[in-house]
Amino acid sequence: MSPPTFRTRDLVKIYRTGAVEVQALRGVDFEAAPGEFVVMLGPSGSGKSTFLNIIGGLDHATSGEAWFQDHELTAYDERELTLYRRDHVGFVFQFYNLVPSLTARENVALVTEIAREPMRPEEALALVGLADRMDHFPAQLSGGEQQRVAIARAIAKRPEVLLCDEPTGALDSRTGVLVLEALARVNTELGATTLVITHNVAIQEIAHRVVNFANGRIVSAHANAERKPASAISW
Amino acid sequence: MSALDRKLLRDLLRLWPQALAIALVMAAGAATLIVGVGAHASLSETRAAYYERNRFADVFANLTRAPKILADDIARIPGVAAVEPRIAKIALLDLPGVAEPASAMFVSQPDLHPPRLNLLHMRSGRAPAAGDESEVVISEPFAKAHGFAIGATFDALLNGRKRSLRVVGTAMSPEFIYAVGPWDLIPDERRFGIVWMSERALAAAYDLDGAFSSVHLKLLPGTSEAAVIERLDAILSRYGGLGAHGRRDQFSHAFLDAELKQLAAMSRILPPIFLLVAAFLVNMTLSRMIALEREQIGLLKALGYADSAVGLHYLQFVAAIAVVGIVIGFVFGTWLGAGMTRLYSDFFHFPFLVFRRDPAVYLLAAGITLAAAVAGAVMAVRDVVRLPPAVAMSPPAPARYRRMLPGWVYGLVRLPQSLVMVSRHLMRWPLRSLSTLFGVAFSVAILVSSMWAFGSIEHMIDFTYRRADRQDATISFAVERPRAALASVLALPGVLAAEPYRAIPVRIRHRNVERRVAITGKPPDARLSRVLDRDAVPVRLPATGVALSDALARILDVGIGDEVELELLERDRRVVRVPVAAVIQGYLGLNAYMDLEAANRLMREGAVISGVHVAFDSRQRDALFRSLKQTPVASFIALQRISLQKFRETLAQNILIQITVFALFAATIAFGVVYNFARISLSEQGREMASLRVLGFTKGEVSGILLAELALVTLVAQPLGWAIGYGIALLVILGFESELYQVPLVVERNVYAWASLIVIGAAIVSGLVVRRRIDRLDLVEVLKTRE
Ligand SMILES: Nc1ncnc2c1ncn2[C@@H]1O[C@H](COP(=O)(O)OP(=O)(O)O)[C@@H](O)[C@H]1O
Ligand SMILES: [Mg+2]
Repeated sequence: MSPPTFRTRDLVKIYRTGAVEVQALRGVDFEAAPGEFVVMLGPSGSGKSTFLNIIGGLDHATSGEAWFQDHELTAYDERELTLYRRDHVGFVFQFYNLVPSLTARENVALVTEIAREPMRPEEALALVGLADRMDHFPAQLSGGEQQRVAIARAIAKRPEVLLCDEPTGALDSRTGVLVLEALARVNTELGATTLVITHNVAIQEIAHRVVNFANGRIVSAHANAERKPASAISW
Repeated sequence: MSALDRKLLRDLLRLWPQALAIALVMAAGAATLIVGVGAHASLSETRAAYYERNRFADVFANLTRAPKILADDIARIPGVAAVEPRIAKIALLDLPGVAEPASAMFVSQPDLHPPRLNLLHMRSGRAPAAGDESEVVISEPFAKAHGFAIGATFDALLNGRKRSLRVVGTAMSPEFIYAVGPWDLIPDERRFGIVWMSERALAAAYDLDGAFSSVHLKLLPGTSEAAVIERLDAILSRYGGLGAHGRRDQFSHAFLDAELKQLAAMSRILPPIFLLVAAFLVNMTLSRMIALEREQIGLLKALGYADSAVGLHYLQFVAAIAVVGIVIGFVFGTWLGAGMTRLYSDFFHFPFLVFRRDPAVYLLAAGITLAAAVAGAVMAVRDVVRLPPAVAMSPPAPARYRRMLPGWVYGLVRLPQSLVMVSRHLMRWPLRSLSTLFGVAFSVAILVSSMWAFGSIEHMIDFTYRRADRQDATISFAVERPRAALASVLALPGVLAAEPYRAIPVRIRHRNVERRVAITGKPPDARLSRVLDRDAVPVRLPATGVALSDALARILDVGIGDEVELELLERDRRVVRVPVAAVIQGYLGLNAYMDLEAANRLMREGAVISGVHVAFDSRQRDALFRSLKQTPVASFIALQRISLQKFRETLAQNILIQITVFALFAATIAFGVVYNFARISLSEQGREMASLRVLGFTKGEVSGILLAELALVTLVAQPLGWAIGYGIALLVILGFESELYQVPLVVERNVYAWASLIVIGAAIVSGLVVRRRIDRLDLVEVLKTRE
């Protein structure tokens, strides 16, 4: 059996701002199998984003271990983390963070130019259903479309993992569903391990597994016996 | 302190590097204005006060010999307030321990009454006793150069006879603020001094008892100088008068005029450039700040602050920067001005020299700087005032980008997306990009327009001393000598070649333009002191007609074939018309040349020469100098190599100081412009850069995007800066042009290279400072928020 994509052990993150200490993570043990689609739920401030940022190589843990396949992320320095992000991770955020001076296609090309075995930008955009909007600038696209460009940009490098922090947070139900469909499709077709943070309980039904965060810990987890297609949910 | 004031203060503290960069550019503007205007005022007022106190004459005339009684006739010319007949002669000195021959201008001091004009400013000792044949007062710089104190003695060859002289005082005179020996380029205190002695004693030495050889006049206010000169010339014509002239042709005065003109040019050209750039910067920075604070502006207005109060808040921000700039400019300008004053006192000889700290100059500098700042702010602030609160509170419409080229071009060229980002971002704010471009270009231009002088002067020196005047020394006779004198010079030890010349003082006229010049007669095949055309090709002087230097031809507005009128100021004082046979190149003074024999024919004299150019064997230098010092016939011996060296030293010193200051200013501008541009770019693109980092771009790649933007602007600005710099140099040259010297505009390639190097260096420094900020971008933080 292949090793898990992610494995963390007793992951702790403490933010220090002046005299104030915030325990964002208080010992998280987690595992995700290759190709798994995991939804992470939990109240605001429970440490979900912090966790995702650490395993995505954006932030350093205070203690504990985080592994990607057989690489220990917690031992990586700044430069190795950058390369890890570049080669293996696709990110999608609530705010799309597109480059406004580049068209949809060019935003995707930004990544394919530095990736090792990328798909063509057109291919990635087709995968998220934007084949006909490729030459539009972000300012000319709707929120849902911009988020799908962001997904296309995240997957164009064929990442092993796709990390999404409230990808539908800024979208209404109808466009949100389109974005979720795109994520589900990428998950199946590319086999990327997909972690999606949301505060939207409805979304959990499209996952293989649901993880609940509270107070800097994973308090419960369960597998869905049956997954719903994204088109079947609404909020 | 109101809440808005507190915001103002915090904004200033937060943006201090940007604010300081702008303030420094403003400071450069204010400082150059203060130095330029201040030094001009100091110099011209010091000169005026000195002239006034020491009764500097208005009209000057030299002649062969006239009885002193003639002074009464001169005094009766209408408008003449005072007449001072005197004796003035240049003579060789024999100084203890100085190998090179030196000379001095000997000027008489009246014995029977106190001097009426050109009063000495005594620095030490006393005036020479009436009739005393050995007591002298010497010019202070000359005394200092030789360490002569009261009681020191030295020898002089007066009218061919050696005299021993004793120093009884040192002094300065308004006549010799800038004292240059004949054939010299620059004052050399070691080799040329002024010696004042009793009129009776000097008259005895030169057989001029009861006579004078020079006369100075003071005019009543409102008198026509030209009319007096005409009357004076008429009176002196029978006595060998060499043509009277006004202050314009008095060397020391003319040189100071040229210097004043340069200062005026400097204060007209430089400050506007600095202040224009400062206005650009203010506009750039404020526009960005206002874009970022849109919502706050809306909030303030919604809370009930008047449009004008909000607008004023931003104006105050700019005014605060301007005040900092003005203060720095004041301090730096005052310091620089004091330095300039010190430079002047080394160069010019004033008994007093005040660096005028005229409050009006400071007020002017402050006013103009503030005006430039407000001008830069006005557009941005107008937007603030006009912004309706409801619109301000909603986020701004996202920046709209356009493709600059059809889509297929991008497919074809396959630019990396990072470069596409750079180019689109630059084109999105074309005005800002252009201002930055021009800002950087101006800093290059300032350097080019200050450093060209090195190359131009080198060119001038090379042309004048290596191509045209190739002699090692020039011996000027006290009076004309037969051409046979050439042979006795050739016989001197170490002399390799000798070439005669004849100098004829004339007034040269065309239509209503007239100048006093000396026509130099030369052998047609001269090999030492040659006449060259614009391409440095030797010109064979024709048997008839004169060759004019191009500056003189331009002033007289004549070309080859035109006739000019020559009024001979020696001998029979005829007026003759001669054709212009050639126009030649000459950078120093106004020159006219003629064939030597034609010159003798013109003067209706035999083969007569005024002096000899000499090439000598430097190994026999000392022997030659020893015998030259004893030569009774020479009054002055110019040593071209030595004066050239002195010229270079003085110039190198002056120009080096000037260029250092300008380089500092230019680097300040370059840094200020690039740094502001980079910070604004970063504030606009910081979010994009953080997302690129998230996508896996390295720090180097991300800062590369911003640095590429800076590099692009900086590089494109270089040729533009060279062109603007050349233009400014042209303007500066026009400002510098005087009849004493013409400066050729020669900008060597290394000037461009150095200018670019300094500016690119400053740009790199500001790029690195901004890079450190990019490296410290907080990735996680950016992603949490919407801009
Ligand atoms: N940069 C930071 N500095 C200080 N505290 C932080 C920082 N980022 C997050 N926190 C704190 O860490 C805790 C977890 O935050 P986060 O992971 O963003 O929660 P979630 O994504 O589940 O809402 C919160 O209490 C938050 O205030
Ligand atoms: Mg979160």
